[in-house]
Amino acid sequence: MVSNEERRAKEALRKEAKFGEEIDLEEYDEGSRGLSGADSLEDLPSETKSTMLDSGIVPSDKGKAGNFLLMDNTVVHSSVMGSGVEVMPLSHALKAHDWLKDYVWKAVEPDSDKYTAETYLQKADGYFIRALPGAKIKMPVQTCLLLKNRNTKQYVHNVLIAEEGSEFEVVTGCGTSKNVEKGLHLGISEFFLKKNSKLTFTMVHNWSEFVGVRPRSSIVMDEGSTYINNYVALKPVKTIQTYPTAHMNGPDAVCRFNSVAVAHPGSMMDMGSRAVLNAPGCKAELISRTITTGGTVIARGQLVGNSAGIKAHLECKGLIMSDKGVQIAIPELEARVPDVEMTHEAAVGKIAQDQVEYLMSRGLSEEEAVGMIVRGFLDVGIRGIPDHLRAEVDKILQETDVRGS
Amino acid sequence: MLEIENLTVEVGGREILHNLSLNVMTGYTTVLFGPNGSGKSTLLMTIMGFSGYKVKSGRIKLNGEDITDLPVNERAKRGIGMMMQRPPNLTGVRLKDLVRVTSKGSKDTAKIAEELDMTRFLERDVNVGFSGGEIKRSEILQLTAQNPCLVLLDEPESGVDMVSIEKLGAKVHDLLQGPSHHCAGWREKSGKAALIITHTGQILDYVEADRGYVMCNGSVACSGNPRELLQEIRKMGYNECIRCKINRANVIEENI
Repeated sequence: MVSNEERRAKEALRKEAKFGEEIDLEEYDEGSRGLSGADSLEDLPSETKSTMLDSGIVPSDKGKAGNFLLMDNTVVHSSVMGSGVEVMPLSHALKAHDWLKDYVWKAVEPDSDKYTAETYLQKADGYFIRALPGAKIKMPVQTCLLLKNRNTKQYVHNVLIAEEGSEFEVVTGCGTSKNVEKGLHLGISEFFLKKNSKLTFTMVHNWSEFVGVRPRSSIVMDEGSTYINNYVALKPVKTIQTYPTAHMNGPDAVCRFNSVAVAHPGSMMDMGSRAVLNAPGCKAELISRTITTGGTVIARGQLVGNSAGIKAHLECKGLIMSDKGVQIAIPELEARVPDVEMTHEAAVGKIAQDQVEYLMSRGLSEEEAVGMIVRGFLDVGIRGIPDHLRAEVDKILQETDVRGS
Repeated sequence: MLEIENLTVEVGGREILHNLSLNVMTGYTTVLFGPNGSGKSTLLMTIMGFSGYKVKSGRIKLNGEDITDLPVNERAKRGIGMMMQRPPNLTGVRLKDLVRVTSKGSKDTAKIAEELDMTRFLERDVNVGFSGGEIKRSEILQLTAQNPCLVLLDEPESGVDMVSIEKLGAKVHDLLQGPSHHCAGWREKSGKAALIITHTGQILDYVEADRGYVMCNGSVACSGNPRELLQEIRKMGYNECIRCKINRANVIEENI
């Protein structure tokens, strides 16, 4: 029997996404579902471990509540070290929890576009992470999604549930193995935050020059819940288009999106974040800091105010470091009731000469001065990042070539 | 140490300094007086080499070397350091990091920050949300870390409260009269010198000034003992300086 959802997904297989250039799904090979597993992240080959480290993931059990690794389309590792939290492949979770069917594909529609449709029809696996009611999980859960083989098409479907009163933190590192020039990552992530729960979700993207990336994320938020999203994409990529949306349905929910990205020559990054404030007392803050050293960045942001007494701010700032680079900032505010407080601030331009010379007057060379200002500019976008990740991200930031071409 | 010869400077297409000449000798603390708009800050910004301060003619020499066309950081390397009147905000750059980079690890910056009551500012972004007095203290902290041979101070006391001025004054004193053999720049043994802009003369309570210049309308109107100059200005105002200069010029012309 073909379900209604399945029929709709099939019909959407040719449906172009609203944003981003079209990617031909036929160009890529199916990612393997039969790679061999690993009992511990520490047992992995050193090359894989170094790719993980570059994506903000520490290949160790120490200090982590759980670890999960997907390579191509195989769950290579999944483990839980802490209590109060479940970490497992979504395919297992669907067997373990009968009720889970009421969550999957409920935050993201399978027929949103051809990428969601394909991921749905391929019955993609991914991670399932759930914090039990009232559990305050101190240590982070790490998840890592890697493209291992060249020309691979990776489908991922993740579901995260923060039960009532729970607090937890997830770090997701996405990357490409050294020999993979070309690949495609399609990732569906559905988040459910129950009453008074809190989730800090940090995603580090570490793709390569010929990888296409189409994440589709949606966050459903109940009363008093808090969602903090940090997104870091400093390495080259061919094309990314992402526009996660927080549906703030309960009163007094709070969300914050912090994004930093560098568009290198040849990179096309269309990235945004959206908050739909549906209940009184909701607060949202969307901050993005983007740089182009020769690529194109479209920094989108949208706030939708559907309830009185909400407060929301949107900020996109972009630096252009090269004549070839393009920065497009598209902030949108949409208010559907009076008595909302919604603001936005967008600015794009080159680095200010007076700032550079001020630092040069302290003895820094022009290059050092520009580097310091640019890193400071990006730093504002990642101040929400958890302390344990700080050092890793700072390292990636230090290694990022921010000079214009 | 610093020789300025017939300097003419344009800012935004407008000539601000006209054929100005002055000297700052090694070991001398030199004070610049003058009404608002007389070109004092322009002179300091030009010596430091900021863009937008266009030298139309004349030379700036440091220890005999012509630095008129050197970039800002090359001047800093040769030992010039400046406290700006209105430095730009550096969003995302923590004061701590700037001070660390500036000192190149040669100074106990945490201690200096404590002495200037600036410890809680170290984690903050440089100048962002700083009050006028806090900017001065932050600039002195940076300058102390930099330890230049030629110190350019643009109104160090303005906006600083009565309590902080003590600490600031003491630090300025250390900066100018402290052990000279540690100062940055290639002429390390040459000792220090300073060029200080002041309106109130308050800073003279903390540093021994040796020479004063009065600037009016983009050139030097007068020079002499700084305390005497200050007294005269307090008594008679700057108009007297202008009149005096015109009279002197007339006298010279008559003699020719």
